[in-house]
Amino acid sequence: MNAVDRRDFLRGAGFATAAAALPTEASAGIARPPKEISPQAVGMLYDSTLCIGCKACVAACKAANNMPPDIPQHLTDWNEDTWDTPEDLSGRTLNVIKVYRNGTAEQKDHEINGFAFVKRHCLHCVDPSCVSVCPVSAMQKDEVTGIVTHDPDRCIGCRYCVYGCPFGVPQFDFNNPLGKIAKCQFCSHLQKKGQIPACCDVCPTGASLFGPVKEIEQEIERRLTAAPGTPHEFPRGKIGKNRPPNAATIPHYVKGIYGEHEAGGTQVRYLAGIPFPKLGLPTLGRQSPASLSEGMQHTLYHWLIAPVVAFLGFAFLARRNMAQHADDEAPKS
Amino acid sequence: MSTATPLRRSLITPTTLVLVALVVIAFYFLGVRFLFGLGAVANINSGYPWGIWVVVDVIIGTAFGCGGFAMALLVYIFNRGQYHPLMRPALLSGLFGYTLGGFAVIFDLGRYWHAYNLLLPWYIQPNSVMLEVALCVMAYVVVLWIEFAPAFLERLGLTGIKRVLDRWMFVFAALGVLLPTMHQSSLGSMLLVMGYKLSPLWFTLWLPALFVISALAMGYAVVMFEATVVSKTFSLPSEHALISKLSLVVGCITVGWLVLRWVDLFARDAVPLAFVGSVSVFLFWVENALFLFAALVFVTPAGRASPRASLLAAVALLAGGSLYRLDAYLVGYQPLSNWSYFPSVPELMVSIGVISLEILLYLVFIKTLPVLHGDAAHR
Repeated sequence: MNAVDRRDFLRGAGFATAAAALPTEASAGIARPPKEISPQAVGMLYDSTLCIGCKACVAACKAANNMPPDIPQHLTDWNEDTWDTPEDLSGRTLNVIKVYRNGTAEQKDHEINGFAFVKRHCLHCVDPSCVSVCPVSAMQKDEVTGIVTHDPDRCIGCRYCVYGCPFGVPQFDFNNPLGKIAKCQFCSHLQKKGQIPACCDVCPTGASLFGPVKEIEQEIERRLTAAPGTPHEFPRGKIGKNRPPNAATIPHYVKGIYGEHEAGGTQVRYLAGIPFPKLGLPTLGRQSPASLSEGMQHTLYHWLIAPVVAFLGFAFLARRNMAQHADDEAPKS
Repeated sequence: MSTATPLRRSLITPTTLVLVALVVIAFYFLGVRFLFGLGAVANINSGYPWGIWVVVDVIIGTAFGCGGFAMALLVYIFNRGQYHPLMRPALLSGLFGYTLGGFAVIFDLGRYWHAYNLLLPWYIQPNSVMLEVALCVMAYVVVLWIEFAPAFLERLGLTGIKRVLDRWMFVFAALGVLLPTMHQSSLGSMLLVMGYKLSPLWFTLWLPALFVISALAMGYAVVMFEATVVSKTFSLPSEHALISKLSLVVGCITVGWLVLRWVDLFARDAVPLAFVGSVSVFLFWVENALFLFAALVFVTPAGRASPRASLLAAVALLAGGSLYRLDAYLVGYQPLSNWSYFPSVPELMVSIGVISLEILLYLVFIKTLPVLHGDAAHR
C-alpha cells in the first residue's frame, strides 16, 4: 500500500492551472463532438469512505486475471515472491489500494491528521485516449457495455497508451522481453459468464460497487442528498442484487463526483471524504483529450483532400521545374 | 547532377574505427534488451514510457533527416535550381536519418514481433496519429531510397534505368515534400492528446505547425552544417557562397517559427509560466535563445557573410530544434505521480551507436558513390 506522495497532489494543484489553461475555447472549432455514454454502459462506484483498506480486491483481481505477485525492489530483501505487495499499478498489477496519510493519521477520511484509502484501476472513459491513440486497434471500447479492453495479440508495444492516458492507467511490463500492456478490463471475461468484476464481488463493505452506470448514478444521488449521519443501506457486490447490504450511516462527503466529467467522463465514479487530488486522482478538465487530437487529424486529413491536392500541386511544379533544370544543364554535359 | 563524384579517400580512418566501435557497443546493449526486456537496458518506466530511444532516435533523428525534404522543397517546388549541388548530400543524410529512425522504432517497440500489424488493414486504427506517422515514415524511407537511387545507377553505369527513373522522378520529388510535411507535423499532433500532462509552454493547437516549420529549419541547418564540415574535412572548394544565399531562407523560416511560438504563447496567456523557476522553464528559454541567435545571424548580411557565424547559427538551430522536441516530449511532460527519468548509460550508448552508424554510413557512401560536387583535385 503506497502513500500518496505529497508531491503528487502538489503536482495535482499544478495541473489545475494547466487544465484551466487548456485551449478549450480556442479548440471549439477543431475538436470533434464529445462521445456520448452508451445507455447500457456498466460501471463502478468506489466509495473511499466505505473502504477499509483490506485489499481483498487486490488479491481477488490477481486471482481472477492470473496476474503474478508484485514485489517492489526495496521489499525484496524480506519478501521472496510469496507476499503480493504492490505499491502502485504496474505491468503485474491491474488494481491497487493506496493510502493518503497526514500528520498523526488518527481519523479516517480526514484531510488533517487523518487518512483515507483510494483504489486505482482503469476508469473506462466514455471517450478513451488509449483507444484513440492505439495504431493497431489493440485497445477497444465495447459499444454496448463501454468496457475498454486490450488485446495483446494486436499490440505492438509502442506504449502510446501509457504515455497518453490522463489517469496513468495502462502499464507496460518493462522487465520481460515479451512484455505486455496490463490494464483493468473490468473482468470482461467474468462478465461474459454473467459474473461481476472480482473486486466488486469480494468487497466486504460495498466500497467497490458494480452496476449499470444509470443505477450507479442514482445510488450516488441518494448518498449525496442524504444528510450525514442518517442511516443508509449500502449495497454490496452488484447494485440491485439481493446480497445483504452494509448498514451504516452517510458520511461527510466532499463535493463532487470524480469521474462524472473528468476528461469527457468515465464509467467508474468516485466518492470520497477528502478532496480527490489528495487521493492522487489527477485534476482534469471536461474535454476528452481524444476529441481534440482526432478533431485536428480529421480537419487536416478530411477525406485525404488536402494531401491529394498538395501532392498534385507538388508533382506539377516538380515536373515543370525538373524539365527546366535538365534544359539548363544540357549544354554543360 | 552529372558533376557529382565519389571522394577517393580511404574507408579506414581513426574516425571510422571509433564509429565502428561505438556501433558494436550499441549492438551489445541491444542484444541485452532483446534477451531481458526494455527495462534491463533503458530507464524508461511507467511514468516515462518513452525515453530517448523514441525522442532522440526517432523524433529528433528524423528532423535531422529533413535535409532532403527541405532541399527538395526549395529546388523542385520553388524552382531554385542553383542549389542542386546540395541536393544529393542532403538526400543522403535524410536517407540515414530516416532509415535508422525506423530501425530505432523496431528495437523500442515492446512487442516488435507484431510490428507488421501496422500494415494489416483490418487492424489499423485511422484515428491514431501514431498510425499516420508510422505509415508515412515507412513510405518516405522508400521514397528517399528511390530519390537517391540515381547515385547507385550512375555508379553502376545503368544509364537506361536511370533515364526511366529520371522521367518519373517528379512523382517521388513531390512525395518527398508531401510525406515529410505530413509526418513531421504529425509528430507535433501526437502531443495533442497529452493536453492534461503537458505544460502549457509547449501544449498548443499549433503543435503540428511548430513541428513541421522547425523540421524544415533543421533540414536546412543540417545541409549547411554538413556542406561546411565536409568541405573543410576533405579540403573541397567551399560551398559558402551557396550557403549564404540559403541562409536568408532559413532566417525567414526561423523568424516565422519564433513569431508563431510567441504570438501563440501570448494569445493563450501562457507567458507568465515562463517566469517560474524550474528546470523546464530554464530549458524553454535556452530553446528560444538558440532559435533567436540563429535567426539574428541569418537575417543580418554580416552574419550570412561569415562562414564561422553561419556554421554556429546552423548548430544553434539544430540544438534549438532538438531541445524543443526533447522539451515537448519529455521535459515539459508531467507524469501523474512522482516518476523521474534520466537515460541510463547503456540507453545512451544505444542512441550514440545509432548516430555513429548514421555518420559511418554517410562517410562510406560519399567515398564510394557520386554524392559530392567539386572533388576536382582528387579525380
